[in-house]
Amino acid sequence: MITIDTVSKKYGKAEVLNIDALEIPTGQSFGLVGNNGAGKTTLFNILLDLIRPTTGAIVTNDISVHKSEAWKKFTGSFIDESFLISYLTPEEYFQFIGDLRGMNKADVTSFLSQFDEFFNEEVLEKKKYLRDLSKGNQKKVGIVAAMMGDPKVVVLDEPFANLDPTTQIRLKKILKTLTENKEITVLVSSHDLSHVTEVCERIVVLDKGAVVKDIVTSAETLQELERYFAV
Amino acid sequence: MISHFLKLEWKQFVRSASFGKSIALKILMGFFALYFIVCFLAIGVLGYYILKKQLPDSDPLQIVNSFLLYAILADLIFRYLMQKLPVMKIKPLLNIPIKKSSLVNYVLGKSAFSAFNILALFFYIPFAIVLIIEGYHTTGVLGWLFTMILMIQSVNFLNFLINKSNAAFALILGLLGSLIALHQFNVYNIASIGGQVFDVVYATPIYAIISLLILVVLYQLNYKKLRAQVYLDEGILEEVAEAKSVDLSWADRLGDVAPFIKNDIRLIWRNKRTKTVFLMSFLFLFYGLIFFTQKTYRDMPAMLMFASLFITGGFALNYGQFIPAWDSAHYKLLMSQSFSYRKFLESKWVLMVSMTALLYLLSFPYLYFGTEIFLMITAGAVFNIGFNSLFLLYAGSFNRKRIDLTKGGFGNTQGTSATQFLVVIPLMIFPMLLFWVFNKFVGYNSGFFVVAAIGVLGLILKNYFMNFIEKKYIRDKYAMINAFGKEA
Repeated sequence: MITIDTVSKKYGKAEVLNIDALEIPTGQSFGLVGNNGAGKTTLFNILLDLIRPTTGAIVTNDISVHKSEAWKKFTGSFIDESFLISYLTPEEYFQFIGDLRGMNKADVTSFLSQFDEFFNEEVLEKKKYLRDLSKGNQKKVGIVAAMMGDPKVVVLDEPFANLDPTTQIRLKKILKTLTENKEITVLVSSHDLSHVTEVCERIVVLDKGAVVKDIVTSAETLQELERYFAV
Repeated sequence: MISHFLKLEWKQFVRSASFGKSIALKILMGFFALYFIVCFLAIGVLGYYILKKQLPDSDPLQIVNSFLLYAILADLIFRYLMQKLPVMKIKPLLNIPIKKSSLVNYVLGKSAFSAFNILALFFYIPFAIVLIIEGYHTTGVLGWLFTMILMIQSVNFLNFLINKSNAAFALILGLLGSLIALHQFNVYNIASIGGQVFDVVYATPIYAIISLLILVVLYQLNYKKLRAQVYLDEGILEEVAEAKSVDLSWADRLGDVAPFIKNDIRLIWRNKRTKTVFLMSFLFLFYGLIFFTQKTYRDMPAMLMFASLFITGGFALNYGQFIPAWDSAHYKLLMSQSFSYRKFLESKWVLMVSMTALLYLLSFPYLYFGTEIFLMITAGAVFNIGFNSLFLLYAGSFNRKRIDLTKGGFGNTQGTSATQFLVVIPLMIFPMLLFWVFNKFVGYNSGFFVVAAIGVLGLILKNYFMNFIEKKYIRDKYAMINAFGKEA
């Protein structure tokens, strides 16, 4: 599904990312961990063609992201709050994204109804603009919007941060259902080791822009990761 | 303690976004500030002599005094609209071991030095000096000046007390209105009677003490009010406006561009700065009144052309020049969604063109000034629609400054760079020049035709230009994402 081929990113002399080869098959739940500055967000930004790699290319579903824009149709993403439109209400925001993804009003309403539990009555019909929602509730909106329009690839940067414990557990459930049928590829980055090990079947550890570990998740993975990061 | 606060203030000033502006902008802003200061200084220095010449029988000081009541009320209204107490700034200091009383005194004390209080001094001080030179009692004049300074400060603190009350604002507005009305219709000149109070201060300077007492009382009231509010859920509370959703489904008829148009309408209506731009564009409608009513400009058709462009172009110019920076805060989102860039640009074009058309419809009353003027406005509107809207889109691709929509509206220059100054040349000067050349050397009507023809040409070749503009935006995509991601 996604092939990362000798992708590197340099700012001046500082190299922030350098990945030789990484292959993410269709339907995999892929976890990315690493300390601050490891290059997680840079990788996601390159995947979404928001920054250009210095060398190499990312190919998703046979489409080189930098050359064609066809990948946008089947890719949903939420990186940070710049993916939200601050002056819209959540309903208007979902409709806007829905419009761009070919969903009508009824489609959007029925899509959102699946997430009633996740929203926990804190998001919809609150008569608030996105800018006035709490960080956690903003995140809920962004995550759900990334799943609109039947995407084949979902990219979420730090989805667990700022969420309350109940919502974290609900999000894990949602992500697991998403990859149940092995049709949707999910890429998640996180600082929370226990969450990623629980959700992802494969975990890649980045350090200073390079892949240092590539693990198929097992019962020992969490301990292994904890040992690695306990420096 | 105070030195700590002063250091903070200094850093805030030096590191503020406005200080980091481009040099051209700094010069322009400095120029405006200087202009106001010079104006006030000039009135202060020359005011005495002008009044003496115009009304030789009366005492200039008494005339000034008789208008002071108006000045105070007008000042209050102005401050009510513009000046807010900067309480939010002390939020990060609340958990630091500083006494709350000193925080309150700091905020209040700081407000005493705000620009609102300084500007008027450029009038009062030179005026007082002239009075002394002209042989008024020095002690009397000093007492009067002292009273003026204290009065400005009192107005400053009175404003903070009444600032949240609409009733108080209505009362002041009503009071000022009725005073002016009574004066106009010669019923009763209360203001001049009120002014006699200030005459008394001049005659007996010791009465200046009274204004000191007023100031002290007002300060104490402010202190008490604010001291009780230094809590996150009281005074230092960011107000959350209730979201009002208006049904915009009528826009769906516009087809593919509808989601963007709806988004833009919400953007304009829900953010202070864009709302200001929108409302200001209706004020631009009246721009022609300045030019068309004056004989001097009647003989300068190029200047009339200039005004005609502004009448219908207010929105396209003010909104268009910051495309796509209005969307800078969520530019990454737009760039990762599946839509063609063309749709996005097209929606901006539709918005500018329909607003220009609307403003043109509203400009029909200008027919009063004759068909020639109206033809000129028509030519200007066609030029704005055909040429300027496309040109502004193109110029927008050079915008590299983020605009933070949550920041205030009036006088906010965020997002301004050299681009904004350079675009004026083709937008305004070019049609003026064309008009002037053809008008001068070919004949009167040819001027309109050429300007309008350029607009029509733009419309005909729209697709060609749009392709070109779209390519430029796509090419500059990464630079824009990078620039818009940086804090403004």
